[in-house]
Amino acid sequence: MKMIIAYIRPERFDRVKEALVEKGFFALSVTEIRGRGAQKGITLRGGKVSIDLLPKLKLEIGVEDTFAESVVHIIREAAWTGKVGDGRIFVLPVDFSVRVRDENITTA
Amino acid sequence: MVLDSGDTAFILICTAMVVLMTPGVGLFYGGLVRRKNFISMLALAFIAFSIVTLQWVTFGYSLAFGPDIAGLIGGLDYVGLAGVGMDGEGIPDLLFMVFQLAFAGLTLAILTSGVAERIKLSAFIVFGLLWTTLVYDPLAHWAWGGGWAASLGALDFAGGTVVHISSGFGALALALVIGKRAGFGQYSMEAHNIPMTLLGGALLWFGWFAFNAGSALAADGLAANAFVVTNIAAATGALAWLAAAWIKGTPASIGMISGAIAGLVAITPAAGFVGPMAAIAIGGVAGIICYGALLFRTNRGLDESLDAWAIHGVGGFWGALATGIFAAAAIGGVDGLIYGNVNQFLIQALDAFVAMGYAFGMTYLIAKVVDKVIGLRVSEEEEYVGLDLALHGESATT
Repeated sequence: MKMIIAYIRPERFDRVKEALVEKGFFALSVTEIRGRGAQKGITLRGGKVSIDLLPKLKLEIGVEDTFAESVVHIIREAAWTGKVGDGRIFVLPVDFSVRVRDENITTA
Repeated sequence: MVLDSGDTAFILICTAMVVLMTPGVGLFYGGLVRRKNFISMLALAFIAFSIVTLQWVTFGYSLAFGPDIAGLIGGLDYVGLAGVGMDGEGIPDLLFMVFQLAFAGLTLAILTSGVAERIKLSAFIVFGLLWTTLVYDPLAHWAWGGGWAASLGALDFAGGTVVHISSGFGALALALVIGKRAGFGQYSMEAHNIPMTLLGGALLWFGWFAFNAGSALAADGLAANAFVVTNIAAATGALAWLAAAWIKGTPASIGMISGAIAGLVAITPAAGFVGPMAAIAIGGVAGIICYGALLFRTNRGLDESLDAWAIHGVGGFWGALATGIFAAAAIGGVDGLIYGNVNQFLIQALDAFVAMGYAFGMTYLIAKVVDKVIGLRVSEEEEYVGLDLALHGESATT
């Protein structure tokens, strides 16, 4: 299994969610966070005002190994604007996951 | 020239209550915007009130209530509050002046609906000063300062045309000039704090008692009538909008409170002229047509962001007409359409049309000029970051 953690623009969330649903990926957790990337946020009015932590959403999606690549692709396509601040996606290995209701275990 | 201590005490308290409506508008609007512009909406309400305070005491009051010039504007006799003193008829002239100031301040705050989440602070200050001078002051003079509308016999008890038609249609013109918010229609811009909007609505409902009852300018039976019909119209408006929204889908609390405000707006011009049962009709119709106006606005893709046009503009227009329909001589000395006085209805319609046209046209012109000279709108990046951080250097959440 893989855990996909995606940091995206909040205003792109609706698109990302719809795109995932369209391809049959329903499970999803979302957290409102603030963060910055390599560009250190946004600088306004010729450097007088610098805002280094901007609101982002953090998505967590656990998927079977075979789907990881396509989920990453779906998120990237829907979250993309081409401007600084579009975010970043991480893919982490997962040993296994257990569904709380019935102890259903997923490993691959 | 004798002061009445009861009336004076009453209007002093009413003035303070009407002043509280301005931050009430700020909270109402602040809850409706995205979190990144929460402080901006509240700050704009306070700033609007502060701009108007200084404008009003230096020359605004004189333009509105100075000796009439050709039915259009007041003379400059009261500039710097010259001759506006502690004496007066019933209540001190100074008290009448500051009671009216609270109305003018509130009106400018309502206009921020049309530019929410994207106006430059400096532009708002310049625009606000021009707007209150060129739109509010003439309208106040026409209705209450001895202008043409008053001479014609148009009825506006507490500001249906002066406050609500002007701010509602003004907000629409302003929204058209400044343009849509970035991303409008592409992704949801849901209200970030609905309880805050409900609190703002509660403050408005509370303050409206002073707004309407205080407009009797005396602690008397007419004030009591205004108080009672105000409450009835608010309650009916809330339930009517809620019901209409429920039939179409969900009975959202934002709709409920918007309906209450619509009812309050519509009863404003009528409060001293109609009775309790008419208030049910006025508030109920207001709730439904203002909801319809909001749907029209969203279907057309117009970004008059917080619906001052739908609620204050359309509600105020209905209120002006409704005053001409339901007025009863037993209450305010004038009969309306249902008592056979067609003429009063036509006068109300004319007054409302002129106020609407003037407010929309003049606001559009002022907004265009300010946009050309200093620019109304913040930069794309500032808008993205949000006005709280970009303009005020503050954040509503840590």
